[in-house]
Amino acid sequence: MPEPADAAVLQLLELRATLLGAIRRFFAERDFVEVETPAIVPSPGLDVHLSAFDVRNPRGERVGWLATSPEYQMKRLLCAGAQRIFQVCRSYRAEERGNHHEREFTVLEWYRADATSDEVIADTENLVALIAASLDQPAPEVQPPWQRMTVDEALQFHANTALDSLLDDEERFFRLWAEEVQPRLGNERPIVVTDWPASMASLARLQPNGRADRFEAFFRGVELCNGFGELTDATEQRRRFERDQAERQAAGVPVYPIDERFLADLERGMPESGGNALGVDRLLMLLLGASSIQAVMPFPEERL
Amino acid sequence: MADTSDIKKGFKMLLDGVPFTVVDHQFVKPGKGQAFIRTRIKNMMTGAVIDRTFKSGEKLDKADTEERTMQYLYPEGETRVFMDTQSYEQLSLTNEQLGENVYYLLDGTEVDVMLFEGRPIGVTPPTFVELLVTETEPGFKGDTSSNTTKPATLETGLQVNVPLFVNAGDRLKVDTRTASYVERVKG
Repeated sequence: MPEPADAAVLQLLELRATLLGAIRRFFAERDFVEVETPAIVPSPGLDVHLSAFDVRNPRGERVGWLATSPEYQMKRLLCAGAQRIFQVCRSYRAEERGNHHEREFTVLEWYRADATSDEVIADTENLVALIAASLDQPAPEVQPPWQRMTVDEALQFHANTALDSLLDDEERFFRLWAEEVQPRLGNERPIVVTDWPASMASLARLQPNGRADRFEAFFRGVELCNGFGELTDATEQRRRFERDQAERQAAGVPVYPIDERFLADLERGMPESGGNALGVDRLLMLLLGASSIQAVMPFPEERL
Repeated sequence: MADTSDIKKGFKMLLDGVPFTVVDHQFVKPGKGQAFIRTRIKNMMTGAVIDRTFKSGEKLDKADTEERTMQYLYPEGETRVFMDTQSYEQLSLTNEQLGENVYYLLDGTEVDVMLFEGRPIGVTPPTFVELLVTETEPGFKGDTSSNTTKPATLETGLQVNVPLFVNAGDRLKVDTRTASYVERVKG
């Protein structure tokens, strides 16, 4: 057999294919249905720090935006009666570039109807352990159960700061998080950080303690996934969307429309659900010990 | 006016009137949060390296810097005099500004002089320079393979560790980035 022209790329393709195979096996064994939702959507997500690509037709008229995540459409499938769904797709963030960010990246997103975020966290732990094994990266440190910490505890422990003192100043919170907290999260083993401030989880339900039912897992200082116990109350969801729109207006960034069909479906009823979105490129980077997500993508923007 | 999207290695910015050059940078965006650029930047006047985090999109002042190729001429008191190879204009830097780099200056050595707002603030010597050994313990003939080293003083006063076979009077190739011996030069 002739020598491949670029052995490194071939090896990367095999690793990615193995990872995708492991994801599909994991969810098939648990009776999930693999779904597909559109890349061009009527609302790309309203979080104030999200920036989406405009999609226009040849006459310059807007057709929609590239999805920053498949969340709204996947939840509409839950409203339609789907019980367990997963998807591996591309998502797009117009202004995120760096060693752990690429404007076009691969997301794994899954939802369980009639489930809590705890069940989705367990999925995450088991899935990552399975992927590590199938990549021949035994990584004993990713074996479940992972460590848990609340946002309050993480801030107190790594930045000696009380979360309540930062709730009025999100910029200070995120600066402290980026400089002091996140780089120290999950250095030995992955850690799941729970109980986020209510203002930082537009699509999560509130817990009795006033914090959002949102979790993120971190491994070696890198954010691996973001999941929720999902908000199912359409009225509350509309109120939060309108607040997000007002924040976008105030920040001088484009104000995207509210996805009315998503809200209408929510109105008709969505089961109590748990969902999670996991950065596939980041997971591969971490398991292989690569220095950037670009190093585990065959065509990152810089090599296109 | 520049902003954080211009940040890359070697980007030069002005902070409180002081020029800094970017050594390292990372885009960070906590999920659902604001994006930042974490940087490691070097004070071009003092060489001190600090960490600084900028909000993504924050406006930055570019530092007015310029690099010019110049030839080292001679010492003058506590300063060293250089000449622009294009314009023949002369200027001087103090030994303090030059720091370790004084050890790489021989008559005629070409260096890159960094100017900030028209004034010289530092130099970058060639990556490799050739310097004469002025002092070292006598070598052992035939010992060309040993990993053992000994100290040697070179003609500019630089001290480096060298293999045992090196003698006073030998010419050495030195890596100026690490201040270390590379090889003995024939002739």
